[in-house]
Formats: sequence, C-alpha cells, structure tokens
Amino acid sequence: MYDAGKVITGIIIFLVLVTFPIWFNIASGEAAYTPDPTIATPAEQCVESLEYMKRNHMDMLDEWRDIVVRDAQRTFVAPDGKTYEMSLSNTCMKCHSNKTEFCDKCHSYVAVDPYCWECHIEPEEVTDGNR
Amino acid sequence: MGLIIALLAVALLILIATIGAGTLGLHYLFGIVIPYASLAVFLIGVVYRVIIWAKSPVPFRIPTTCGQQKSLPWIKSSKLEAPNSTLGVIGRMALEVLFFRTLFRNTKTLLAKGPKLGYSSEKFLWLAAMAFHWCLLVILLRHLRFFVEPVPSFVGLLQPLDGFFQVGLPIIYISNVLIALGLLFLLFRRLFDPKLRYISLAADYFPLFLILSIGTTGALMRYTSIKANLIPIKQLVTGLFGFQPVIPAGLDVMFFIHLFLVCALIAYIPFSKLMHMGGIFMSPTRNLANNSRIKRHINPWNPDVKLHTYEEYEDEFREVMKAAKMPLEKE
Repeated sequence: MYDAGKVITGIIIFLVLVTFPIWFNIASGEAAYTPDPTIATPAEQCVESLEYMKRNHMDMLDEWRDIVVRDAQRTFVAPDGKTYEMSLSNTCMKCHSNKTEFCDKCHSYVAVDPYCWECHIEPEEVTDGNR
Repeated sequence: MGLIIALLAVALLILIATIGAGTLGLHYLFGIVIPYASLAVFLIGVVYRVIIWAKSPVPFRIPTTCGQQKSLPWIKSSKLEAPNSTLGVIGRMALEVLFFRTLFRNTKTLLAKGPKLGYSSEKFLWLAAMAFHWCLLVILLRHLRFFVEPVPSFVGLLQPLDGFFQVGLPIIYISNVLIALGLLFLLFRRLFDPKLRYISLAADYFPLFLILSIGTTGALMRYTSIKANLIPIKQLVTGLFGFQPVIPAGLDVMFFIHLFLVCALIAYIPFSKLMHMGGIFMSPTRNLANNSRIKRHINPWNPDVKLHTYEEYEDEFREVMKAAKMPLEKE
C-alpha cells in the first residue's frame, strides 16, 4: 500500500463518522429507551381511535385550527357520533393536561418541536414548576 | 434498455419488501438481519475498495494545467489550482469535495452554423449536483433524530432551519423539495440528451431510481395519510445501532419498504459508481501536490539496479590502467 499512513487515517475518520450512531447509542446507554406518556385525567375515549391519534393528531389539530379560525366552526362530530368543541386548550388539554408527562415525552424522543405554544398559553404545570 | 432494467430492479426491490415484510410478516429478517448485513457489506466493502486503490502506485505527480505551477519567485503561482504544499492540496480537495470545483468548470460543446465549433459554460449539472448532494447530507443528519437517543442538539437546530418557511403540517422541508428537483434534473438530463442517453447504463439509472424511491417512501410517511408511527420506528433503529435489536409493534409496510431500499442502497455502494464518495479522495490529479520541479519523485516500481560507478571501476583496474599509462582521476 502506498501512503499507508494517510489512507489508514482517512479510513479511520470515515469509520468513526459513519458509525457515529453506534458508539453514540452505546455511550449513552439509552438505545432501549421507550417513552411512556401518561394521561393525568383519563377519559374513556379520545375523539378518534388511539391508533389514528398516534399517527394523525397533528393533522387533526391543523385541520381544527383552520376550521375554527377561518370558518368559525367549533363543533366536531366524532366517528362514534359524539360532538366535541374543537379547542386545544378546552377539549384536548382537559384530559391531556400534563404537557411534560404526555406531549413532551414522545415529542422530545423523536425531536419534534411543534409550534402550538407560540399562540396558545402553555398549561400551568409547566409555567409554575419544573422547566 | 438500461433504463428498463434499472426500473425493474427497483420495482423488484419494492415488491420483495412488500411481500416479505407485508404479506409474509418477516419483520425479524427485514428489520434486523438485512439492516445488519447491509451495514457490514457497506463498511467492509468501502474499506476494501479504498485499500485496493491505495495499492496502485502513483509514480509521478500529474500536473493539471488549470493553474500556474510554482516556479520563479516573480511569476505568480496559483496556490489552489496547482498547489505545491500539503495545505494547498487540502484546500483544493476541500473545494472539490464541498463545492465540486471541477464540475463547476463543466463545458458544453456546440456546433453552430458555419459549421463552427464552440464551447459554452454549463452550470446546471453543477447546480443540480450541489442541490442533490447537500440535501442528501442534510437529510441524513436530520435522520439522526431516529438513529440516536438522546438526540444531539445540532439535529434540533437543523430542523427549524430546514423547515424555515413553515409551509404545511408536518412542515415541508426545503431539503426534501430541493433533493427531488436535483434528482429529477439528473434523471431527465440522461433521458433527454441523446448523447448522454446513448452512454447511460443501468448502473447510471439504478441509483437515481433507488434514491428517488427512498425519498418518495419517506415523503409518503411524512406528508400523506400513509403516516408512520415514529415511536416504534425509532425504537427499532436505536435498538439496531445500540446492538439491542427489538421488533416493536406498530411498524408499517411502508416503513419496511423504505428501510429495505436504504439497505439496498448502502449495500450497493461498494460495488458501484457510488464509490465516488471514497474515490474523490483518491484522485491523483486532486490529492498530489504539483511539486515535480521541487522534489524528486522516484518511481516505486523501479527495479533495484546494481550500479558500478566509474570510481569503483577505477579502483578495480587501477594497477592495470596505471601500467597502460591511462589517465586516472585518482592516483
């Protein structure tokens, strides 16, 4: 091999960079971490099914915002026929009142930073205490 | 022909993942075995090919004619185009790797009326290549949020920047739009330029289709109603990278297609022209200082020639030469 010193240095730099996720996960020891969001005041049923909400809650909130702000429509009819008021603060946060223990758990796990709280006032538990 | 083969190959890969992970439910195979295997092929293959390249001797410097070589002190030399120091070489290599300087000099040949031959600057290939490669890097770095736990802070800084315009929800990333435009330009240029189409092979189309499919499946999972549940996806991926593999519940077929295509791409790199990511560093016209006039470079495959100098000759035959009254350099 010619210029072995330089080539091997290059290969080592390449391997260290490419395997970054491997040694980072081993060093942090958090590879098996699973977020466990908890609901403070659980109701029996959310406005949609659990599976739907897991994947599409952001779309629903976006849709609700547009309907409420642009059309002044505030009533949401759920698939099971129940009606809800379309409101993040008054409907969603009634059950999911603990932002740090519910929203933030998954959001920080996958590094999502939704801009809900740029307009809405953050729930009390956060402004009061542990932030 | 190459176009059809490449298209069929990507379609086959998608079909394999759909049937394997979707219909047959081979989640362990597609979620753990294949990712590990392709990562191993990628790492070993890239290192192997670089070492093979490093075994080829580079007997002399290849001065490229795009800059004035260092010569007399009153002639201004081009320090980046014809560097004569390691620092200059690093500068030239950095410009090449980060900004594709040689591609920037790309020209187009024209045959005008007359007939007259002409050359004109052609920057669109460079622009599309820059858009594609930089967006690929940004997308890769953004994906670290699924690869590692806890997520490093620079990934969190990259996302709002990439989604700066806050269009739609989930916010459309600028890099996703640009990479699609870049890739489509690179593809259409091969399809609509007759000269390029003539020399394009399946190996040229395949990576384009593969990366387009990876981007499409990723975009489908982010922007459309085929939404992915990110929590089990991250659990799978961090499990893989932390050597604690698990198959969590709630993984979709679309994710397995995306993952399988990524595995195919990674494993394909060492066998293909995608090795240019290592090859660029091994390019003799880029990585050798242009110092042929300053330093003597000896051909590494020169045989070890037994020399018999005149001094040795004279020592050997001194007495005989003296007797014959021949002139001697040393008495």
